[in-house]
Amino acid sequence: MVNWIWLGMIVISFWFAALTGRMEEVTAAAFSGAQTGVTVCLGLIGILVLWMGLMRVAEDAGLVQKLAVLIGPAVRWLFPDVPRNHPAMGYILSNLSANLLGLGNAATPMGIRAMQELQKLNPDPRTATPAMCTLLALNTASITLVPTTLIAIRLQFGSQNPAEIIGSTLLATAIATGAAIAADRWYRRRTGAPPYSAEPARKRPATFDHSAGSAEAPGRG
Amino acid sequence: MTAFLQTVSVWTIPALIAFIPLYAAFRRVPVYESFVDGAKDGFQTAVAIIPHLVGMMTAISMFRASGAMDALTGAVRPLLERLGVPGEVIPLAFLRPLTGSGSLAFVTDLIREHGPDSLIGRIAATIQGSTDTTLYVLTVYFGAVGIRRARYALKVGLFSDAVGFFAAVAACWWLFGAV
Repeated sequence: MVNWIWLGMIVISFWFAALTGRMEEVTAAAFSGAQTGVTVCLGLIGILVLWMGLMRVAEDAGLVQKLAVLIGPAVRWLFPDVPRNHPAMGYILSNLSANLLGLGNAATPMGIRAMQELQKLNPDPRTATPAMCTLLALNTASITLVPTTLIAIRLQFGSQNPAEIIGSTLLATAIATGAAIAADRWYRRRTGAPPYSAEPARKRPATFDHSAGSAEAPGRG
Repeated sequence: MTAFLQTVSVWTIPALIAFIPLYAAFRRVPVYESFVDGAKDGFQTAVAIIPHLVGMMTAISMFRASGAMDALTGAVRPLLERLGVPGEVIPLAFLRPLTGSGSLAFVTDLIREHGPDSLIGRIAATIQGSTDTTLYVLTVYFGAVGIRRARYALKVGLFSDAVGFFAAVAACWWLFGAV
């Protein structure tokens, strides 16, 4: 599905540009878009390096594992195929808590660490596991208690009560997260058959070759 | 409650940066070496994301510049307006999942133009605050570990964006009332 959206956006852009005579603008936009991609990544470097370093310290001290043991039943229910004491659980919880507190900068590196741990449990490193999809769903819906940036913007433009959007935001984000979890469950149940369940996973590396990958994903996924 | 939550937001990061190494030191971890060791991965991860993000950002940027985004917005306008979505807010439905900075700029502009306490301003702020940039999250998280087949993850993300969009509009109508 990502392939189609990407290709679709580019082809439609070209077509529109041809119709509306905006070819020059689109050329400029293509280059500036590429530039933005690099700029965003460069901006991520500092944050990623800092948090990945700190999280290694936490891991060496046993904090991440401790967090994983303390995890509530809710998170375990969301990630049934991740072993209870696996470090991935600790990172998932850190990622979700950081999102909840509105610490987007801290949430991203923690989410990436969680993905890297989940990747270790993945029989086919090029295809997302159900646990990865669940983590992604929770992050795209991103439950946030305090939308700090928006409160700041409202304050800046002279709002009478800048924080009053907390209620509506919380309501909307809770509904969106609920929808994400429900949709994720539905797809997981529909497509959760082998080779993604834990059992046949162990057999997979033996048969894994170039052709095995494409055969099992007939959809656009 | 708000003040308390905002204090928590401000204190959490410095407290974590201080607490984690302190706790580790008590557990006899060589904290600085351990930090540097882990930090190396951060750089590699950031570099690994670059091709993914450049590809996405290029496509999104072209899509907006070509006028295709405006056409898409225009096409769904009559339907969404009938559902109570103010016309000014509609571009957000498409901007929000594609670009975080782009939609934030758009929201800021709406708030500046219509005022932060207008229904449009409140709806825009609520939409921006209640979901994340699905395509960016997918690109960064899956790009960092080299996942090529996202399976149903994008569908779930976009579905929850759509639900979040309408929930935000409904929540604002309900909480801030008809004008």
